[in-house]
Amino acid sequence: MRFSGFRVLREGLTGNRGWAPHWRDPEPKSDYDVVIVGGGGHGLATAFYLAKEHGITNVAVLEKGYLGGGNVGRNTTIVRANYFLPGNSEFYSHSLKLWEGMEEELNFNVMHSQRGLINLFHSDGQRDAFARRGNAMVNQGDDAILLDREGVRKLLPYLDFENTRFPIYGGLYHPRGGTARHDAVAWGYARGADARGVDLIQNCEVTGIDVEQGRVTGVQTTRGAIRAKKVAIVVAGRSSQVAAMAGLRLPIESHVLQAFVTEGLKPVIDHVVSFGMGHFYISQSDKGGLVFGGDLDFYASYAARGNLPMVEHVMEAGMTLMPMIGKAKVLRSWGGIMDMTPDGSPIIDRAPVAGLYLNCGWCYGGFKAVPGSGFSFAHLIATDRHHPPAARYRLDRFATGRGLMDEEGTGAQHNLH
Amino acid sequence: MRLPGRGRNAGAEEVRFRFDGRDYRGRAGEPLAAALLANGVRVMGRSFKYHRPRGVMTAGSEEPNALVTVGRGADREPNVRATVQEVFEGLEAYGQNAWPSVHFDLMAVNDLFAPFLGAGFYYKTFMWPRAFWEKLYEPGIRRAAGLGVLSGEHNPDPYEKAFAFCDLLVIGAGPAGLMAALAAGRAGAEVILADEGPEPGGRLLSEDERVEGQPAQAWVAVVLAELAEMPNVRVMTRTTVTGAYDQGTYGALERVSAHMARPAPGLPRECFWRIAAKRAVLAAGALERPVAFAGNDRPGVMLASAMRSYLHRWGVAPGRSVVVFGNNDDAQRTARDLAAAGVHVAAMVDARTDAPEVAGVRMFRGAVVTGTAGGRHGLEAVTIRCEDGRVERIAVESLAVSGGWNPAVHLTCHMNGRPVWREEIAAFVPADGAVPGLAPAGACAGEFSTRGCLEAGLRAAGAALADLGMQAPAMEAPEADAARYRLRPLWAVEGRGRAWLDFQNDVTVKDVKLAAQENYASVEHMKRYTTQGMAPDQGKNSNVAALAVLAEATGRGIPETGTTTFRPPYVPVSIAAMGAGAQGKGFAPERLTTSHAASRARGAPMIEAGLWYRPSYFPQGDEDWEAACRREARMVREAVGVADVSTLGKIDVQGADAARFLDFVYTNTFSTLKPGRVRYGLMLREDGHVMDDGTTARFGETHFVMTTTTAAAGEVMAHLEWVRQGLRPDWDVRPISVTEQWAQFAVAGPRSAELLDGLIDGGLDKDAWPFMSCGKVTVQGIGGRLFRISFSGEEGYEIALPARYGAALFDELLTRAEALGGGPYGMEALNALRVEKGFITHAEIHGRTTAFDIGMARMVSAKKDCIGKAAATREGLSGEDREQLVGLRPVEEGARMTAGAHVFAEGAAHVRENSEGYVTSVAPSVALGGWLGLGFLRNGRARHGEVVVLVDHLRGRRLRATVQDPVQYDPEGVRLRG
Amino acid sequence: MRLRCPLCGERDRREFTYKGAAVALDRPATEAWSADWDDYLHNRANPAGETRDLWQHAAGCGAWLVVTRDTVTHSIADVRLARGEGTA
Repeated sequence: MRFSGFRVLREGLTGNRGWAPHWRDPEPKSDYDVVIVGGGGHGLATAFYLAKEHGITNVAVLEKGYLGGGNVGRNTTIVRANYFLPGNSEFYSHSLKLWEGMEEELNFNVMHSQRGLINLFHSDGQRDAFARRGNAMVNQGDDAILLDREGVRKLLPYLDFENTRFPIYGGLYHPRGGTARHDAVAWGYARGADARGVDLIQNCEVTGIDVEQGRVTGVQTTRGAIRAKKVAIVVAGRSSQVAAMAGLRLPIESHVLQAFVTEGLKPVIDHVVSFGMGHFYISQSDKGGLVFGGDLDFYASYAARGNLPMVEHVMEAGMTLMPMIGKAKVLRSWGGIMDMTPDGSPIIDRAPVAGLYLNCGWCYGGFKAVPGSGFSFAHLIATDRHHPPAARYRLDRFATGRGLMDEEGTGAQHNLH
Repeated sequence: MRLPGRGRNAGAEEVRFRFDGRDYRGRAGEPLAAALLANGVRVMGRSFKYHRPRGVMTAGSEEPNALVTVGRGADREPNVRATVQEVFEGLEAYGQNAWPSVHFDLMAVNDLFAPFLGAGFYYKTFMWPRAFWEKLYEPGIRRAAGLGVLSGEHNPDPYEKAFAFCDLLVIGAGPAGLMAALAAGRAGAEVILADEGPEPGGRLLSEDERVEGQPAQAWVAVVLAELAEMPNVRVMTRTTVTGAYDQGTYGALERVSAHMARPAPGLPRECFWRIAAKRAVLAAGALERPVAFAGNDRPGVMLASAMRSYLHRWGVAPGRSVVVFGNNDDAQRTARDLAAAGVHVAAMVDARTDAPEVAGVRMFRGAVVTGTAGGRHGLEAVTIRCEDGRVERIAVESLAVSGGWNPAVHLTCHMNGRPVWREEIAAFVPADGAVPGLAPAGACAGEFSTRGCLEAGLRAAGAALADLGMQAPAMEAPEADAARYRLRPLWAVEGRGRAWLDFQNDVTVKDVKLAAQENYASVEHMKRYTTQGMAPDQGKNSNVAALAVLAEATGRGIPETGTTTFRPPYVPVSIAAMGAGAQGKGFAPERLTTSHAASRARGAPMIEAGLWYRPSYFPQGDEDWEAACRREARMVREAVGVADVSTLGKIDVQGADAARFLDFVYTNTFSTLKPGRVRYGLMLREDGHVMDDGTTARFGETHFVMTTTTAAAGEVMAHLEWVRQGLRPDWDVRPISVTEQWAQFAVAGPRSAELLDGLIDGGLDKDAWPFMSCGKVTVQGIGGRLFRISFSGEEGYEIALPARYGAALFDELLTRAEALGGGPYGMEALNALRVEKGFITHAEIHGRTTAFDIGMARMVSAKKDCIGKAAATREGLSGEDREQLVGLRPVEEGARMTAGAHVFAEGAAHVRENSEGYVTSVAPSVALGGWLGLGFLRNGRARHGEVVVLVDHLRGRRLRATVQDPVQYDPEGVRLRG
Repeated sequence: MRLRCPLCGERDRREFTYKGAAVALDRPATEAWSADWDDYLHNRANPAGETRDLWQHAAGCGAWLVVTRDTVTHSIADVRLARGEGTA
């Protein structure tokens, strides 16, 4: 069923009785060409692009809970391409281009809104580091504008320019950055993949990965054994556990990242704004809630919930930067489980088991990567060759030290990001 | 409608307040919603999507409809619950999400388009043309959405945070909570009893019943009097426990002064508490739930229990005539109490065929309300479908609804506990052990009789006391109503028309069914697709019913369909409260050097360096930064300059194994360093990249003083402790930070020795102080340290005295420097001098660089292990592919360079694939003229002399520059050896 | 979150910093890069359940601690000095 304004009108006039399911609930078949473990944003996008770009439709997506129940449904919805290291630059640039065509591609309004993102800086040194970043973005063909203090003031007059602890020197403005309706991204890909014949199987937990003579042959699930020529693991937050089923130990630690939303308010923050002297980033959703987040809680966790010290730190950062939000009330907080890699950048690669593919380690940057990750991972699964924009996301880069992508410069080792 | 003489607040002072520009009178301290009802105001808010007029539905913080804005200007607070805000003299409140007013709202036109605006409609449209989303569709949606309006001005009010500790935290002061607190208090435990309301008592304040043979409210007073006498019990009112966290930590919001007409100066508006409790009793009670039926959102429709609260506590009736609609015995209390208060109860509609009689009230058994009628602003009649199918319409002003009670399980979900379904009360109750150390008691655990709650509170306290090793007092729960709670589950009444579930987000039964129809059949999908439960009440009023509707639509039972969960905070908490103290300068400590005041007095702009402030430059006359920088740098090159370097980390390392320890944490060797000498050291992280650098001085066989960069001082200190305790626990060594203990100043320039000669007791014998020497000196008898080191490339010293002499020393140094044609220099000149010398800072060692990159591979000693050594040998961490540190000098003399520019080979297109490096630092150069830079260039050491292009798209600059050795001034080091 | 420092007693999480899996204590003795080093620095069991990890009571006594903890429930089973009875 094609969605359109006309269709909404027609259904509205006829009692909305004609809307069909957005996806089926098929029984799993006994074998598939490709089994994708994980029905989150990345897994669903992978399935979609396998079908659309490579014509591979004998595919099952196995999801232990409900589609889009992982980090795609618990993030701060920011979409951007403001990376500066080779490897990341081209990947996120490609991903942003896919975002820009996503609604037409999926016939689903994911409310991708390029409202502009501004990274504030608070010292000369930070300005120079952001200039390097912005120049890398322009080199890559993306957009970046270096704003001085007055330039920031024009866009964000509500910031505390007079009294804040770390004065605002300026900002790196990324006009094509913005937000999207996170759940809709998962649903849109799910609907698109289903329409192309992919089986989306919910409430189906993978309990084992079958390997014979060094080659993957299928998976064991709570709904029976499923044979597969290729198995792709896309399970951010559980990557270590699922990879362990194939005998792998990944360079990943799981951490909790909290996020927050306030009660609905009339429009007050038009852009995505990030603070440079403490982890704090904020935007306002179309429903009016201020959506914001901060840094990891900083201890290994699978709890999907955080603790007060980081909650308060995030609020404190908000209050020093933009004290006009003080009387906004936090309605809900939540936590996502982040696959943290040593250098803070992801992994899209073949596993050391034939027929097994890994997509993990998105740290806290996974949401904006959804289309690019799905596209590049599908390419790798279908062709057994790295898709050029994602070619540096190799698993062995930690062992070789070659092509580490430490955007923060805090170190290519655990617990520094 | 006010009922004269009724209500616990009957004697309260009369005050004036305003709502939406009209003046009213109310009783001081009553909720705004009560005061408005007393004045006959029925419309207090507008719904989120359809802008439907809404009246108050509850009498608590869970209120979905009556959200108002309080105050004006910067003080304006949006989304305040009229059920919580207490009335005071001069209170000003406004309706919101409406234009021009909640009474008459043009945005209500949305309601006419409701058939097209069902669940998820926006996912299916607004896609064409693409550019219209940001420009047209989305701005329209955003303007229509949202509730209240932030002022846009900086928050003007004080907020606070505080810590508290106790043996037992009792959450909620209803019958269960009061009993728990009383028992634990008598046992001598440190107790905090927190209650959301302005006075403890919970439901007992809203009911007409007896406890221990006296009116319940009198019993509450007796208990409170006893608690007040106990020094170990702290009763916190207007305090909502908002979240349960690990190891017995709870967040709580205290509304300190929002109910006051004129708070004392400095009194915070709110205080956010972090409570560490060894044990907790959750006695949060239960929330009554509405029933979905057509038109159930009309002003005048209210929860039955809320009507009793307004009646008994505030002496207010919602209208002259009332119909009560329910499915349980509790609803009947409302009919009984209203009738007793003289309100006309037109009918008791009970879904149960076996409902008991309510004296004097017309009964409809086995009947349901199927619809409401009325004007825009309130209920005028209800339609009742009787057991036999007959339909009756009754004109009435108000409708009380009760679908039963949902235990307030919220806090038990905060640590991922999933409530469990209990069929006999058709409700979710807390899972066992959902929050370690927290025991639910009373209504929140599904025990709905007063007597049962009292007993449960006592039991829970007893168990907590046993856990704490304390003796429970000999007590019994008082006599009270022990009647069983009986209901027939009823979630939604079949019928045409829209029946609301989530009032705030305008989610109806049809929306949930549509979600199921489109296969958003998991409860999480349904919630996210319809936005059910995402409104400010977090689904408190609607989640369970929505789940039940979904269960029916998908042909499953409720437990199989899913459960409901809640995340912190229990009630929305202001960012200002949780972020209290950070506004303005409070976000991070401010660290000031001992020369801070003197630097400010000289007009130096102070800039942030980590948490420190350092002088940027010391302007003379109308100098700009560059002129001042050039003058100060020249002063250092030609005479003498003084700079405060106290912010650099100073770590005292002592012990028999101190030298060995330094050999292990630095790439180069310190065990061979002789006492009285200083050596530059390079420190790696274990991942083989540079962590920090600095000089370390040896004062004795077992005593070193390490210097770190300002930025990395804390990180290095923690690292040393890690290495000592974690990796080399058997070594005899102690590192300790002495950064704050010493004030240290660089004295640099050809006349530096001359300056120090006059300062140091006994003078300075230059021959005894060769480059890279150190030792102890005295200044006017005060013991200090002198280091012959240089970050400027000139002959230089750093002199350190205990910090309390820092200000005096700085003055003395400046006086002497100025007499020699010198003076103070700031960060800009310091930077310019070091760039000329190719000395690195964290602009270069930014975390991604290796010893190889900065040309220091040879400093990684082959003779010993060190942190980061193994990882540094990885193939990827050295080699021609890597970007290496170089000096950069414009081809065109005097051209201005910018840091952050990328480096390209001449003729190459300026795209990512061709970027070969970047500029890290630039500065005006007095020694060489024009500007100089440092940067990284692929295989840069092999490319000295090559002309490259520096491209800074962002600042619109392209500049040809020659690649140089990083050391562009005095490469032989003649000058610094003096 | 609260941790019981063996030297200072129970303290709020704010006083502690975190370093990750306790395998960091088992630093390979070799100076050359090897698979052992790769494992030591990068590869992790990353259990969803009981784990041993390193914390420092940074804003207290400075002791490095090994904490036995559940990553799913955040319950804490044991806290001890990183090097047994070593002086901290």
